[in-house]
Amino acid sequence: MSNNVWVIGTSMTRFGRFGEKDLMDLAVEATSGALKDADLDLGQIGLLALGNVYETNSHHGQRLQNQMGQTGIPVYNVVNACATGATAVRVAMMSILAGETDLGLAVGVEQMGKMGLIGGSKRRDEKKVYTPKGRYGSVVKTEGTFGTNLMPGVFAQAGTEYALQHGVTQTQFAKVAHKNHLHSTLNPLAQYQKEFSLEEILAAEVIAWPNTLPMCCPTGDGAAAVILCSDAKLATLDPDVRRRAVKVSASVLTSDPYVDGGQVQADINTLTRNAAAQAYEKAGVGPADLDLVELHDCFATAELLHYDNLGLCEPGGAGEFIDSGAPYRDGRIPVNVSGGLLSKGHPLGATGVANIYEIVTHLRGEAGARQIEGAKVGLAHVIGLASACGVHILEKRA
Amino acid sequence: MPAQIPAVDYLVLGNEPHLQVWRCDDCSAAYFDRRNGCARCFGTAFTRQPVASEGVVRAFTRVERGAKEPFTSVVVDLGEGVHVKANLRGVDDPNLITPDFKVRMFTYVVGTDDEGTEAVAFAFEPVGS
Ligand SMILES: [Zn+2]
Repeated sequence: MSNNVWVIGTSMTRFGRFGEKDLMDLAVEATSGALKDADLDLGQIGLLALGNVYETNSHHGQRLQNQMGQTGIPVYNVVNACATGATAVRVAMMSILAGETDLGLAVGVEQMGKMGLIGGSKRRDEKKVYTPKGRYGSVVKTEGTFGTNLMPGVFAQAGTEYALQHGVTQTQFAKVAHKNHLHSTLNPLAQYQKEFSLEEILAAEVIAWPNTLPMCCPTGDGAAAVILCSDAKLATLDPDVRRRAVKVSASVLTSDPYVDGGQVQADINTLTRNAAAQAYEKAGVGPADLDLVELHDCFATAELLHYDNLGLCEPGGAGEFIDSGAPYRDGRIPVNVSGGLLSKGHPLGATGVANIYEIVTHLRGEAGARQIEGAKVGLAHVIGLASACGVHILEKRA
Repeated sequence: MPAQIPAVDYLVLGNEPHLQVWRCDDCSAAYFDRRNGCARCFGTAFTRQPVASEGVVRAFTRVERGAKEPFTSVVVDLGEGVHVKANLRGVDDPNLITPDFKVRMFTYVVGTDDEGTEAVAFAFEPVGS
């Protein structure tokens, strides 16, 4: 018998701002949906991995059991930057491959509300005497004095590095946002479902050039869940569950290898390239075999780089790739047909599970108005800084 | 002249202000921060070394939101495996930054504490300005 792992249930909440709910309300909604989708109850699940970033020290996995059912199974509370959800899926995957359980549940959930980009103001009641602090011996605030290390600036600089090398224009970056906002109009679960013209995107407020406001993902709340199953267990399940099962052909997690300058400006490329290469080899597929891709478009600049990093375009050719229309939903390799992080939203811990939800839903032919017809193979990618990159390749059951 | 202190310890003041790195004795990887070990080769011995004050812009952005005043941030390639992040003065329009854009480091007083000590920071400006 082969050693495959299958997705047999998945669900996500709508992404948005849900001030009237708490973290557990969202996690329960996604988990219940996934259990129902797999025709299982919580008593059959052998492992829970729960991904969350901002409340990670609150033992949210156990809190979920507390609200839904305490079965005594092992719980892993997972945090790994914006790859948190993908890491939770991978924890469930590894437990099945290790033979510890036949049925694993991975949940990603986040409640961010309207978090600002700027911190609060500092108290100033002590005498100020310059004293070198930290590993750089700094005596002043470094953000804004020695460039920027905030996310919008970091991903903008990643984009302009590519632009200086390959001649990409601000308009080409903006097309990514045009595409993803357009795609989101077909996704009822997206935080925003509003189309923007290219002119509106370029004329919007600049956050960190070249990214304007519609080229930056919003903060938000939401949850997603997947249930993974071993080969042996799948054979015992209802024919309808078997028919809808989707194979996890590759599950890969990487971190930054050393590169010159990588500690000064985050290198979002090398670890993504490494993850993609490992995933393609493991799954025995190449970029040309992909019917759809959900990738980490936290900023429009980032998506363009990942066309290149994931091998979707010719090396250096990401600008021409978007110009050609290839990543639009009617193009050669549809990218982020969910609306992507830019429009579907990016509740950190939920993101990596939700992009697997999206791929699975298309491979099952159940994506409704936004269905990519005949989709057989899909790739889900996330990257979080510090850094962690998760790539999953999923395939329709033969 | 008031007492001065570098705003970060990898800036060396004096007649010819410059930046310095910790060079790994084994593989010569360069770091600006205090190190426990080398991220490239796992070595644990480092030597301070001055680096060039001119370089080429490798990446840039203009931060408009989240800052008191908009500023241009750059990553500068100083050669020999050294990249530094800093502000770029004198270029408010990011469209003016083109491939092989050469810049030079300069220092300025960024603040004064309650004892009158000045903190000196560095930034870059276009070569020829
Ligand atoms: Zn070394």
